[in-house]
Amino acid sequence: MKLIRELTFPLIAIFAAFLVGAIVITAIGDDPIETYSLLIGSALSWPDGIGYTLFYATPLIFTGLAVAVGFRCGLLNIGAEGQLTIAAFATAWAGIFFANSSAWILIPLTCLVAILSGAAWATVPGVLKARFGSHEVINTIMMNFIAAGVASALTQTYFKEPGDAILESGPIGNSAHIPRLGQIMPGIPARLPLNVAFLVALVACALLYVFLWRTKWGYEIRATGANPSAAEYGGISVKKQIVFAMAVSGGLAGMVAINEVLGYRYRYYQGFSPQYGFTGIAVALLGRNHPVGVLLAALFFGALTRGGLFVDIFTEKVSKDLVLILQALVILFVAAEALFRRRLGKNQTQT
Amino acid sequence: MLELRNITKRFGNVLANDRVNVVVRTGTIHAIVGENGAGKSTAMRIAYGFYRADEGEILVDGNPHKIHSPHDAIALGIGMVHQHFMLVDTMTVAENIVLGAEPGTAAALDVIGAEKRIRALSDEFRLSIDPGARIEHLSVGQQQRVELLKALYRQARILILDEPTAVLTPQEVDEFFRILRRMRDQGKTVIIITHKLEEVLSISDEVTVMRDGRVVGQRKTAETNAAELARLMVGREVLLRVQKQPATPAEVVLNVCRLSMKSRLSEISFSVRAGEIVGIAGVEGNGQTELIEALAGLIQPSRLGGRVEFQGKDISLLNARERKEMGIAHVPEDRHRRGLLLESSLAENSILGIHYREPAVRRRGGIMLDGTRIRTRAEQVIREFDVRPPDCELPARALSGGNQQKLIIGREFKLPPKLLLVSQPTRGVDIGAIEFIHRKLVALRDSGCAVLLVSAELEEVTALADRLMVIYDGRIVGEVDPAWASKEEIGLMMTGGLRG
Amino acid sequence: MGDLFKFSILFSTIRLATPLLLAALGGLISERSGVINIALEGLMLAGAFTGAVVTHFAGNPWIGLLAGMGAGVFIALIHALACIQFDSDQVVTGTAINILMFGVPTLLSGALFGTTGSTPQIPRANLIPNAPILIAFALVPLVWYVLYRTPFGLRLRAAGENPEAADTAGVSVARIRYSGVLLSGALAAIGGVYLSIGQSSLFTRNMTAGRGFIALAALIFGKWRPVQTMLACLLFGFAEAIAIQMQGVTPYVRVEYIQIIPYVLTMVVLAGFIGASRAPRALGRPYVKE
Repeated sequence: MKLIRELTFPLIAIFAAFLVGAIVITAIGDDPIETYSLLIGSALSWPDGIGYTLFYATPLIFTGLAVAVGFRCGLLNIGAEGQLTIAAFATAWAGIFFANSSAWILIPLTCLVAILSGAAWATVPGVLKARFGSHEVINTIMMNFIAAGVASALTQTYFKEPGDAILESGPIGNSAHIPRLGQIMPGIPARLPLNVAFLVALVACALLYVFLWRTKWGYEIRATGANPSAAEYGGISVKKQIVFAMAVSGGLAGMVAINEVLGYRYRYYQGFSPQYGFTGIAVALLGRNHPVGVLLAALFFGALTRGGLFVDIFTEKVSKDLVLILQALVILFVAAEALFRRRLGKNQTQT
Repeated sequence: MLELRNITKRFGNVLANDRVNVVVRTGTIHAIVGENGAGKSTAMRIAYGFYRADEGEILVDGNPHKIHSPHDAIALGIGMVHQHFMLVDTMTVAENIVLGAEPGTAAALDVIGAEKRIRALSDEFRLSIDPGARIEHLSVGQQQRVELLKALYRQARILILDEPTAVLTPQEVDEFFRILRRMRDQGKTVIIITHKLEEVLSISDEVTVMRDGRVVGQRKTAETNAAELARLMVGREVLLRVQKQPATPAEVVLNVCRLSMKSRLSEISFSVRAGEIVGIAGVEGNGQTELIEALAGLIQPSRLGGRVEFQGKDISLLNARERKEMGIAHVPEDRHRRGLLLESSLAENSILGIHYREPAVRRRGGIMLDGTRIRTRAEQVIREFDVRPPDCELPARALSGGNQQKLIIGREFKLPPKLLLVSQPTRGVDIGAIEFIHRKLVALRDSGCAVLLVSAELEEVTALADRLMVIYDGRIVGEVDPAWASKEEIGLMMTGGLRG
Repeated sequence: MGDLFKFSILFSTIRLATPLLLAALGGLISERSGVINIALEGLMLAGAFTGAVVTHFAGNPWIGLLAGMGAGVFIALIHALACIQFDSDQVVTGTAINILMFGVPTLLSGALFGTTGSTPQIPRANLIPNAPILIAFALVPLVWYVLYRTPFGLRLRAAGENPEAADTAGVSVARIRYSGVLLSGALAAIGGVYLSIGQSSLFTRNMTAGRGFIALAALIFGKWRPVQTMLACLLFGFAEAIAIQMQGVTPYVRVEYIQIIPYVLTMVVLAGFIGASRAPRALGRPYVKE
């Protein structure tokens, strides 16, 4: 019963968002039914539709988990974008610097770099909040801009291939490449960019669930997010939890680099992220900050991304920004249902 | 004349007011009494337009009126002073008073005119309030008088006061009652919501008793007495004193030496032995909260002076977790803010504070939580402390105040503690649970634990404590034998008037 | 040469501070009433885009300015509805609006002009490079007066500090907060209009580049007070002006490092001064009547 109730609200939000979206599509002169069929159809076809949907979903699983962990500790991590940018840069750097090592060393090493650099980038606003009380929303947004600037500057100075007009680094060593799923699983065409990072994302979901609900560390994070005064009373250091949660969050966001750098582009490519960090917020909200919900929501948004590209190409007026608008609407509607939960919850509350 | 006729109000499943009928005559002081949760505040908030009744009507001077907002109530001459003051700290007295009825034009606030009128009102009723003062600089008693001025400024003829003496010392209460009598004599109608029977008998002309959302009696004060009112309030014979044997205190467990905190605590020194209950009485806001939190390890040592010793060891620099490890348990005064994770299950709440070690964790030093052992422990607490409903997967939010408190107490008792710090243990708790909790506290004492009890309820603290100290303005101003000291003596100490 | 340098820095500072000031004053009104407005960025974009589009079609920048303000009010209405009517988390809603405004202008520009975000260039004659600056700085004393010397301002401040007290006094907290948020939409939008048809001559995708967030930082730095907020905006404008000047002068320092100075400065400021900066007490908490 509770599961059905948990699912209902996100579904209503999605439905409402699509409804408004249909109005927008009509207003700019296209047919909503046609647009939506194209959107959904292109996302669910086999093998390309599903393959690309899962591929686009992978970074969203990571950022969704990242934001979800933050939320569980009462923190709003808007900085996943910057964290994954820095992680991608650092991962590419490691992949280039240690290019001559064997895959057994290089792959774990680069993965570790991805996680640690994302975590480090998120720790800065975490410490600022813990030590000075400055709000993580503004600080993480600032860190996004700083990350973009720093990564761009460093890439141009040190890592750009001479003569390369695109702002990207040189290629990472071959032994850092993560195989595509098509290369190791039968039945999946190898041309799909869907790679092992997707499996890593699934494992991350499972691990985060265990972490949050079955370990004492997860208990402390959740207690801090639910009621910092009570957590303090229970002997938990709220300050430490804030920094810890931000680090975990940043580490998860950093894992996007595993998909992007090790599994897809094999280099750092400026602007590779189509707002994964911000979309992660929508994913976390829709998924109710629970790993399973995040997974489902990420798949949904991945499907939207895939469908959005098709819509962009194959319709007259509608562009892929429709997807951004749908996302924003979903967030608004999900946030609004907080009211309904409170109204329903009142029946249970006594003082 | 104010009349409530058949007022009914529901909040979700809870029937807060059930066909309530109250008649308040003009020019009287009328008390509405009942326990916590009897529905008194709800009924009056409906009269003031803060809530809307589901059924029933309100009559002012014989005519029914629709009161849908405080605006409507104010227009009818009804004013209300809430238990928790509705004041904006950063604004001045004048700004607070004129809020919502600002003199001048939309383009220019007439502050000077307002201040003049306020000063005149203040003088008329001898309230001595300076309109230019900022609320955050005023004392609690003064803030309350600002609230009165607010109502008078809007020409209230009927004043509703919700638990007005909760934060006043006995002396301030006397002064306050003088003001009320002055107002009545000038033709105002005053309604007091309270649960303090002594005050009802001393100040009111008529009294209405409510219980469980219903009116169970209306009397002329002169024709009734405390026993009858108490019986109406509670519905049965009230057991006012818990049974306890004399204490047999053993070694000193807690020794507080000159504990200080800037502008909150001043040179507090006392000790507590194993097997005794030491009570601290005092009006809320005199440092009790800070004292208990300091002893529990919830205040940064850098903000404290002096020393705290536990079983002979200096623990002044230890944090909350370390103190709990040593055997100091803490039942906090604000269970919603400090004591519980409302959205979490009873099981998760039962390990708050010990969640990082066995039995919550699988093995020593482990990270994984042991769901089975956690549930077992929760079920033990629920059983032994009569927590209802006895379902450890329910969120704590779903329990009543009394059951929540029993859960917290059970959790702390199971440590087991060598010292229990307990603050306002029965606030917002129904009578059945109060008796249960009192018995458990005495049993804990008898098992050899040291107990430090802080309570604003004089009845409770005099009944339970073996030794009683009084705190005033951050200082221990005296110690008395609770079996012999009179309420007046304790009351005087609570205002700093007597050093015992 | 030295004098020229100083004057141009001064003018640059004022010009660069103007959009920040407009957005920050808008944010101030909203936040003093108790509603966090993270959506300043999106509101500026709304104003910038609408202002450019309408000026292009109408040939008149004043109509564009009004249209821009209207767009700001409209978008702010969404924020207000979500936060005040539905008690949604104010930061989440604001973020949603920002995401929305990343997408909507591009979508519309594609439909209207076939571009990926940019609007057509507007001829010089139809730009308003100076009026918004005057508006911005004239608003500072006006906002101060309204906030501290009118009944509206008193109620606004009460709603932000202790909404229950305001409610008991008969003030409609919801109505005041709506006013606050809608006004913030209008003001922030003017800031955006200035960006597209004042400082430049067209709208480009995401042209606000974080100014809405810097405005928020200036507001916090300015302790939610009009005059201090203005000074904070001038400070940030100054930092940006210096950064631009340095670009030409020192080729050995990468442009990006200079560009990130305002962002770093914001973080430093927040860490150093937030302790002394006291937010309106009810800020961010939806007012729910029991």
